[in-house]
Amino acid sequence: MLKDITLGQYFPSNTVVHRLDPRTKIVLCIVYIICLFQANTWLAYGLVLALTLSVMALSKIKPSAILKGLKPLIIIIALTCLLNLFYTKGTPIREGWPITYEGIERAVQMILRIVLLIAGTFILTYTTSPIELTDGLELLLNPLKRLKFPVHEVSMMMSLALRFIPTLIEETDKIMSAQKARGADFESGNLIQRAKALLPVLVPLFVSAFRRADELAVAMESRCYHGGEGRTRMNPLKMKKADAFALILGALVLAGFIILRILL
Amino acid sequence: MPEIKVEGLSHVYSPGTPFEKVAIDGIDLETEHGELVGIIGHTGSGKSTFIQHLNALLQPSSGRILYNGEDINATKASRRNIKYKIGLVFQYPEYQLFEETVFADIAFGPKNMKLGEEEIRERVYEAASFVGIDRDYFDKSPLELSGGQKRRVAIAGVIAMRPDVLVLDEPTAGLDPEGCRQILSNICEYRKETGSTVFLVSHSMDTVAEIAERIIVFNNGNISFNAKPEEVFAHAKELEDMGLSVPAPTLIAESLKAKGLPIDGPVYTHEKLLNEILKAKGANKDA
Repeated sequence: MLKDITLGQYFPSNTVVHRLDPRTKIVLCIVYIICLFQANTWLAYGLVLALTLSVMALSKIKPSAILKGLKPLIIIIALTCLLNLFYTKGTPIREGWPITYEGIERAVQMILRIVLLIAGTFILTYTTSPIELTDGLELLLNPLKRLKFPVHEVSMMMSLALRFIPTLIEETDKIMSAQKARGADFESGNLIQRAKALLPVLVPLFVSAFRRADELAVAMESRCYHGGEGRTRMNPLKMKKADAFALILGALVLAGFIILRILL
Repeated sequence: MPEIKVEGLSHVYSPGTPFEKVAIDGIDLETEHGELVGIIGHTGSGKSTFIQHLNALLQPSSGRILYNGEDINATKASRRNIKYKIGLVFQYPEYQLFEETVFADIAFGPKNMKLGEEEIRERVYEAASFVGIDRDYFDKSPLELSGGQKRRVAIAGVIAMRPDVLVLDEPTAGLDPEGCRQILSNICEYRKETGSTVFLVSHSMDTVAEIAERIIVFNNGNISFNAKPEEVFAHAKELEDMGLSVPAPTLIAESLKAKGLPIDGPVYTHEKLLNEILKAKGANKDA
């Protein structure tokens, strides 16, 4: 039940996209978002859509997986669509109606923009494991160290948090089962009753989270962890030919979009 | 009629995703009231998944489970009521304690059964005495107790519901030998006084061998053996192939026998081993 949550879930596979360096993928994802946000013509939107679909095909992601990820955002999408539909000035589609032709155009474009934005970031998290992602981010943010920004600490915290999400979900599942076995009821009653019913889950969960944090700190210290100073990697990230190729492609696409914007 | 009847039970985790895994693959099983059944199997053999089906925490992917002839998953009410009939103690149950006092924690189950206050009090006292928790502890926080005590309080929390069947998942895991012995004798005592059925899940042969009357061996989601301990332990080779060992007393008895000592019949408990050695020693003296 709880395990079914897709929270930017990683799907292990061995496609070209999966094998790319995480830094490449993060940079390309940013390029993608820039392209998407300065798209203002149907042609540009069409190109971004085609780009998204081809990367999806390359990384062998089923469209249904992305649709599943869109589900929690359905309200935001619907709201954006309605607001744009009714509050855009222009020629009404019929005399006296609040809906304008421009409104319809804007609404459709906004939906496309949100869906494509989510699809793009989903491709990143679907093809890159959380560990790779934080490693890549740490290396990309490395220049910020000069400004005394604790890059290593932040990325260590991020990877620890990511590492413990599944553990905590599993633990929650286990404690819920144990309390259900003692007759706890999480499914019926009003909101207040349900919130109260969660107490037997939350208390042991917090106790164990603190215990785990404590144990982890001791385990890290006893293996001589003392921050990022002079730390090396077991699997250093290496840029390969495919990465260079992908980055050049990304730069070309970005340039193309900017030229498109200036010309049109 | 068997008390619990399992028919063609299968369970698949995350069906239709890359993480799909068949945990149990079509098992059949029958147990009678009052039996003490040991369930053993390697990690990932499906034994924990199986016991969570017994009280309807998990629903079968296919097959069904009958309790006294009725399908436990028939209705929402039956799924709920079976939890009071078949009490399940999870692995490391001390991590589920949450109330402010030991008393309140043991009373959680009976309270969910909507019993009267008097009845709850009576059951808590009874359950606590089964696991050897003194009344002095009732007002303490469960977090103040030692590991072994916490475990016993957690077991009492399930016993307090007076289930007809008690299922324990690795009740002795992580305890010192004294704590192990105490919990096992508590369980035996409880069964003797209430006549309830007990399922004892463990990966340790020695624990199961000491007290079980019947042993069910899980391997890769199937049942490999379902027989009396001596019959199961006679298959030392097969057990080893499954990553399980025979109990230490059996191994000692086998090597003594190989050295030519007259040791009789199947040996799988410490007590029986001791008797056999004493007997062999006596026979030696006579000769």
